[in-house]
Amino acid sequence: MALLQITEPGQSAAPHQHVLAAGIDLGTTNSLIATVQSALPRALADAQGRYLLPSVVRYQAEATPCVGHEAQAQQASDPRNTVVSVKRFMGRRLADLREAASLPYEFLDRPGMVSLATAAGERSPVQVSADILGALRERAEATLGGPLSGVVITVPAYFDDAQRQATKDAARLAGLNVLRLLNEPTAAAIAYGLDKRAEGTFAIYDLGGGTFDISVLRLSQGVFEVLATGGDSALGGDDFDAVIAQWFCAQHALGAPATLAPGLQRGLLAAARAAKEALSDAPEALMNLALEGAPPLQARLTRAGFATLGQALIERTLQASRRALRDAGLKADELDGVVLVGGSTRMPLAREAVQAFFGRAPLADIDPDQVVALGAAMQADVLAGNGRQDPWLLLDVCPLSLGLETMGGLVEKIIPRNSTLPVARAQEFTTFKDGQTAMALHVVQGERDSVAECRSLARFELRGIPPAVAGAARIQVTFQIDADGLLSVSAREQTSGVQAHVEVKPSYGLQDSQIAAMLQDAVGAARADMQLRALREAQVDARRLLDATEGALAQDQALLNAAELARVRQALYRLAEQLETEAPLERVREASEALSQETGEFAARRMNASIQRALSGQLIDSLS
Amino acid sequence: MISLTPAAARHIQKSLYKRGSGLGLRLAVKTSGCSGYAYALEFVDQANPEDTCFEAHGVSVIVDPRSLGMLDGTELDFVREGLNEGFKFNNPNARANCGCGESFAV
Repeated sequence: MALLQITEPGQSAAPHQHVLAAGIDLGTTNSLIATVQSALPRALADAQGRYLLPSVVRYQAEATPCVGHEAQAQQASDPRNTVVSVKRFMGRRLADLREAASLPYEFLDRPGMVSLATAAGERSPVQVSADILGALRERAEATLGGPLSGVVITVPAYFDDAQRQATKDAARLAGLNVLRLLNEPTAAAIAYGLDKRAEGTFAIYDLGGGTFDISVLRLSQGVFEVLATGGDSALGGDDFDAVIAQWFCAQHALGAPATLAPGLQRGLLAAARAAKEALSDAPEALMNLALEGAPPLQARLTRAGFATLGQALIERTLQASRRALRDAGLKADELDGVVLVGGSTRMPLAREAVQAFFGRAPLADIDPDQVVALGAAMQADVLAGNGRQDPWLLLDVCPLSLGLETMGGLVEKIIPRNSTLPVARAQEFTTFKDGQTAMALHVVQGERDSVAECRSLARFELRGIPPAVAGAARIQVTFQIDADGLLSVSAREQTSGVQAHVEVKPSYGLQDSQIAAMLQDAVGAARADMQLRALREAQVDARRLLDATEGALAQDQALLNAAELARVRQALYRLAEQLETEAPLERVREASEALSQETGEFAARRMNASIQRALSGQLIDSLS
Repeated sequence: MISLTPAAARHIQKSLYKRGSGLGLRLAVKTSGCSGYAYALEFVDQANPEDTCFEAHGVSVIVDPRSLGMLDGTELDFVREGLNEGFKFNNPNARANCGCGESFAV
């Protein structure tokens, strides 16, 4: 029985009215769009019957950008204005791009994200991606005969919020309504219907044209959780073509492929790729390289020969897989399934290696080029069918961490970002001073370690804490976000039961752009945050030490002679001075250390004195 | 007679509150779908003179006379199934539901 939602008067949709929705695999090398028709997901081809759209855009002055196969054909002749693999630049700053110098583009350092200078002017990766998405949208609308009401776009599981936000912005720019971003491995799992199972853990082995990704997912209660991701951003089908080309040159004593004329190089790589693809079906392939003014060169490559050539590359994928399994804390035989994704997994070489490594036959009967887009299409169909529900029910993760201010202006994160909603987390806090009866709670949002850099959401106080020594009270603070994104924070002292409560609406307070900016900020400032945290912690410790020493002096000053007292006092003043002048971490630590040393003997004497006090006047009998 | 479960009433009140206006909820039956009839749930801004109004758990449920014949005795529930949540009609008049559950026959 379908579940119904309330609609505005006169707008209830007729049953079985088909809403056009599509899934988009926005890939590094190729992109693809798919939709569900008559309950079956299928990829949509262009007018020439080609499914894959190369993720390549060429910009020319005063002309509409050219996307896909045509742009790819111009890549060699106009590399500067032909953008390939733009996905690698999404949400990245120039400083994040280590390979920038080796790329043929003119990068412009812009805050938040790099830009490219092209013949058509400055283009950000978001705009380039939007042009690719626009081409896919046109294809879908021409095939389906109507506007798309919404799309699901897939992103790698390791994409951070800035990269995800950039993907969403690109879709918006292309005039697409994003129902949801979906992790690529999750989309592949959905295509195989793994989400229909009760639970399980799965590995998704994705060997594409230029990238390799391995993800370990856990399914529980209908939600896929990413346990671990790994891979190699510079390993894919192209590398296999290159080793075949190298082998061919060695056979004919041609020297390294890179030393050949550009035209010949391209011909060689094309022949290598054809041989690789032929070997997926045939036991051997004949490679042919046409030469100008000479008989063509030939070589026969067998599967076994190719297996030897590709062994080292395959081993790299298995190493990454081993690491991902270790990160997930799993052994290969504990998995419930392995899914193959990416055109390069058609190679029998890869399949056999995966089967041997994971000890089971991988799921591979869906076209590995299409499986991600098909899964996304299935998800889009479900979401479009339920499109009448309140939009904020789609808010399925919290975009930034939520936490509490602690001593020294530091943030203790309670709910980490990307937690799926609804969520509730509790943590125990305690008092800082002896006899403390109230506690101020400051709720903040952000990824930084210092409160000043995060966004303040709410403040409230817990009063009526029973007076006790510092650290004795147990105050449980609970953060809870319901499905509507409403945050409520409550604090409760465990022994007395006093409590306080506040409600906040975090996700409405921040603009998308602000969220992206805050994340960028957090990534860049991680080191500074770490240092600040260390300093603040040292300061808090130092204050505690000062309080304790002063308390002890007030009580037992008589235990020290004048010289000792002077030394302790001096160490005390020195530490207080470091704190007051906001001295650097090292000096605070040194001064704390010095005070601890000076008071070591004092502490021992106090201990003895208090034991004597406790024992004096007692009979030996009463002590046993 | 139309009744609401407490969960349904709570959700309707919440929805009306979020929307900011509206007299209540209209339950209707429309002719369409693969089994002949389909349910509709809409906010009500203006009731018609021929409508019948039921009160349940503080919520007004408004039904037109034609739909009432097919809905009489229905209990409206609000349920959560996995990640999905929504309203469910427990209608004693429905004889057959279509596979997808969006339409029914009397």
